[in-house]
Amino acid sequence: MSSIYETSSQLLPPEPSLLRAIKGVMFGRPGTIAAVVIIAMLVIVAVLAPVLAPYDPLSQSMLKINRPPSWANWLGTDQFGRDVLSRMIYGSRNSLIFGLISPFSAALIGTTLGVIAGYFGGIIDRVISRVVDLLLAFPELLLAIMIAAVLGGGFWNVIIVITIAFVPGFARVARAQTLSIKHEPYVEAAISVGVRTPVIIFRHIVPNIMAPIVVLMMLWVASAIRLEASLSFLGIGTQAPNPSWGNIIKDGLNNIFGSPWPIIGAGTAITLVVLAFNLVGDAVRDALDPSTSQ
Amino acid sequence: MSRYLLFRLADAVPTVFLVLLLVFIAMRILPGDPAIAALGDMATAEQLALFRERMGLNDPLWLQFIMFVKGVLTLDLGNSMMSNQSVVGLILYNLPYTIELTIVAMLMGLAAGVPLGVLAATHRNKLPDSGVRVFSLVGYAIPDFYLGALLLITFALNLGWFPINGGGTDFASRMYHVFLPALTLAFVKAAFIGRLTRTSLLEVLSKDYVRTARAKGVQERRVIYRHGLRNALLPLTTGLGLSMLATLSGSVAIEMVFNRPGIGKLLINAIAERDYAVIQGGIVVFAMFVVVINLLMDLLYIVVDPRIRMN
Repeated sequence: MSSIYETSSQLLPPEPSLLRAIKGVMFGRPGTIAAVVIIAMLVIVAVLAPVLAPYDPLSQSMLKINRPPSWANWLGTDQFGRDVLSRMIYGSRNSLIFGLISPFSAALIGTTLGVIAGYFGGIIDRVISRVVDLLLAFPELLLAIMIAAVLGGGFWNVIIVITIAFVPGFARVARAQTLSIKHEPYVEAAISVGVRTPVIIFRHIVPNIMAPIVVLMMLWVASAIRLEASLSFLGIGTQAPNPSWGNIIKDGLNNIFGSPWPIIGAGTAITLVVLAFNLVGDAVRDALDPSTSQ
Repeated sequence: MSRYLLFRLADAVPTVFLVLLLVFIAMRILPGDPAIAALGDMATAEQLALFRERMGLNDPLWLQFIMFVKGVLTLDLGNSMMSNQSVVGLILYNLPYTIELTIVAMLMGLAAGVPLGVLAATHRNKLPDSGVRVFSLVGYAIPDFYLGALLLITFALNLGWFPINGGGTDFASRMYHVFLPALTLAFVKAAFIGRLTRTSLLEVLSKDYVRTARAKGVQERRVIYRHGLRNALLPLTTGLGLSMLATLSGSVAIEMVFNRPGIGKLLINAIAERDYAVIQGGIVVFAMFVVVINLLMDLLYIVVDPRIRMN
């Protein structure tokens, strides 16, 4: 037994590790390195917000409204005299939290639905697929706006809204993947020796369809950050006075004659962070599926 | 072809029904009492009871759903609780502005995006290609409401070339008012369409018939436009539908930025005022937009690809 194992390991080249493939693509392009640096900075700023922010993001002062950028207030102050930079630093927390939690919870729910539909088939599949197909016809932003219109804003509602907006995409991928491996010999073998269905799903199917799900999750971190910003800008996301990059722009637009700096600061931050996550997402996708890179 | 058309139209009916069912479920069954949502936490029990009675919220759910579908079909979505105007009237007033914005933005996006895509595909891995790539990366990343705010500050507020709000009255002033908002949405569109055109054109240009055309000495220009672009149109049509829906979702924020009338602004203001009937109406309109645009795109396939016409 051991001799067979040794021979085969000599004949077959070692499989390239996934981590190494990702590393190779990520650090092979200058743009991606910059993106990783931006994301690292975002994480540091979000975690250390109370230490880094020069002022309390909520403290107002009638004495210093609409100040232009200065040494005391690097990005000036808004119409309530709040320090824009401090609000942006605290706002980064929202972006990071929603950007990470929503794709993850959507992946959890969507994958479950997709695997159930693909594995059991029949009427369950028909119902789930029809609803998923219908929801996929809606752009995520529109779906999110429509659901937020009903639910209203606030922390948990934003998570629910973005999660629902992403669920159909995960469900479709998970269903397709499940269908393609359902009749693999190892699944049929498990069924024929009487392994219980939940064990088959979680031991034999889910681990084997994870790669595309993880890629999708990476790609949607950027979308989630954009969505949260858009919802907060529309007033149905993070609620005032809590800072979010989206509602900083909303406040800035209401005070457009006062100071353009909140808009410029928060807008640039969103753009850079979304760009960075997009680049890293693309890199991870290319690493896992070289055929997509052109 | 007429059979395909009929089939596609018939298929839209259950879709519309399902969309209405989902909207209904969202409005009635999701956590949160519509009466409290509409009147606020401070409302008295009598006010809440009166509201439920007036909106038919005490009826059994199936009856509420039938009344809701009937309302949509007979174009009666109730009255706004704020202004007491009919919801359908409000929608009809705002609808042209949103459609106008979406169409102008799409046209501008196509006019810029397709040539950019051709340029990138014909100069693959050279400077124009990298330029288009950077442009599309930025176009994907920049939030449209931020870009809109920048354009508003620069061209309307500081330079005074364009109006800072409103929708305009006659045709000329409406085009004048729609220019900056449409340009904002078109920027993102152009990035998307450019990338899509590049990808599908590159794919087509590697086909055998393109090599044949070149081998027999057809002019390169003619190869690109007649043999290449024509066949790259089909994937582009799919992208066009998606892009149009994305433009529509973007129009919500853009209408807020430029303070112009439209369905998005109607919906967002209704949410702020907790105007239940208008919120429901706005959601129905957006849902119908999605169904209709998908239908139109399927019909456009027939025009673009004769092969579908045959089967």
